[in-house]
Amino acid sequence: MNEKELEILHLLEQNARMDIKTIAKLIDQTEEEVEMMLKKLEENKVIVTYATVVDWSKVNNHDGVTAMIDVKVTPQRGVGFDEVAERIHRFPEVKALYLVSGTYDLQVVIEGKTMSEIASFVSGKLSALDSVISTTTHFRLKTYKHDGVVFGDDDEDHRMMVSP
Amino acid sequence: MNTSSTQQHRLSETVQQLKPSGIRRFFDLASTMDNVISLGVGEPDFVTPWNVREASIVSMERGFTSYTANAGLIELRRAVSYYLENSFGVSYHPESDIVITVGASEGIDAAFRAIINPGDEVIVAEPCFVSYAPIITMAGGVPVPLETTKKHDFKINAEDLEGLITSKTKAVLLSYPNNPTGAHMSKEELEPVVKVIKDYDLLAVSDEIYAELSYDYEHASLPAFPGMLERTILISGFSKAFAMTGWRVGYVCGPKDIMAAVLKIHQYTMMCASTSAQFGALEALKNGRADVEKMVASYRQRRNYLVKTFAEMGLECHTPLGAFYAFPTIEKLGMDAETFAEAFLTEEQVAVVPGTVFGSGGEGHVRCSYATSLESLVEAMERFKRFMDRHG
Repeated sequence: MNEKELEILHLLEQNARMDIKTIAKLIDQTEEEVEMMLKKLEENKVIVTYATVVDWSKVNNHDGVTAMIDVKVTPQRGVGFDEVAERIHRFPEVKALYLVSGTYDLQVVIEGKTMSEIASFVSGKLSALDSVISTTTHFRLKTYKHDGVVFGDDDEDHRMMVSP
Repeated sequence: MNTSSTQQHRLSETVQQLKPSGIRRFFDLASTMDNVISLGVGEPDFVTPWNVREASIVSMERGFTSYTANAGLIELRRAVSYYLENSFGVSYHPESDIVITVGASEGIDAAFRAIINPGDEVIVAEPCFVSYAPIITMAGGVPVPLETTKKHDFKINAEDLEGLITSKTKAVLLSYPNNPTGAHMSKEELEPVVKVIKDYDLLAVSDEIYAELSYDYEHASLPAFPGMLERTILISGFSKAFAMTGWRVGYVCGPKDIMAAVLKIHQYTMMCASTSAQFGALEALKNGRADVEKMVASYRQRRNYLVKTFAEMGLECHTPLGAFYAFPTIEKLGMDAETFAEAFLTEEQVAVVPGTVFGSGGEGHVRCSYATSLESLVEAMERFKRFMDRHG
């Protein structure tokens, strides 16, 4: 990966809607060059998708609950954690799944409509998997920062209008 | 009794001689308007990195609220010494060659007061930061402008410099990367200038506050040239590289005898720089590298954006190599810089600073700071284009 591609990734990570013309100017390349690099990054799945960070707490009548679940599992011979991870991430409720070091093995992020919906997923589906030994569920109460973006309006410019 | 003449007697003649800063007028005008996009700000648009702010808070929590040594916290002077050696290859002893000041501005003031005798001339490369000439005047010196022009990408021409030297010339003041032009001088380009300074046995005051914001080639620090360490006063600070303008922490480095004089002035006027700010500055030097790199990368991108957009509009602008200012020529619109800046602000609510504010060589240019959000830059450029279509 060259430096310009890295620059593109950092720019798009901040703003996925940035247009090619602007990117080209910022990184001092032609629009065609940027298009080529983007195509390559997309084809190689380096750019996985173009998503939007939404502050759902500002959306009326959006009742949703997010939980982070720490899961302890027995690794399987030959495949380690991959097989059980795959079984877990196929559930559409699962928003994110990570293999982590420490007391637990997997961290599962679940989104549901209600707490009881999540409770039934944990007891009915997740815990029911053979290799799952234990689960600890944490409900998310408030989002302060997500994917590097601070939620709330603290980006005011306090500088004087004109200065030497 | 004539009040105005009485009042005039109350004031020092030197102060009366100083012209009010031309920036003030635009500030006042812009402040009365809504929806203004300002490209007139001479400071970073980043807030100081959190680790720096946190270190300063912790210092206060722990009770570090007393004076520091006059020259500044010794840990901070050691960190400055290490930083300058590593980044620019200049060696300063933390005990005797470095004084921490209240911003680089105090450093410039103390430096000139330390070296100027009444009537001494200081050659100042212009366009430049607005405070240089007034500071020299207040120190009893005579600022002698050395005009740099677009033709030479606002770099100093050694012959022009030589032509201004008289028996009264004491020092040369230069500042690269430059505010307002964004010009930078490479090692090779500085060589002939260094030669003149040495040949005429002058002092150099080098304001390198924008050193970290060098985009296209490595910053060449003046005291790093052979034979220059003993004749250069280096001024720098934390404001630009670490986005710490409001903290007011800078430093002066130089040969021992001059630094002893600087310290004397500093101790009688300031005692020491703010203690909590010095703790912040120390953290910035210890753990601020990654943040500086991120900020520099972002300025570079916005620089590219601005220069390319000016080119699209057909506005002539030399490529700024450092700092965060572009200095386009607005001559083709048939207005002088002041008229342009005022009309642009009134008609399109975009604040830029007329080049004339920064001394000779500034006419026909306006300073546009790109230390502002990309969204604001994009909108400002649309308004620029509209203005040009109307007046071009």
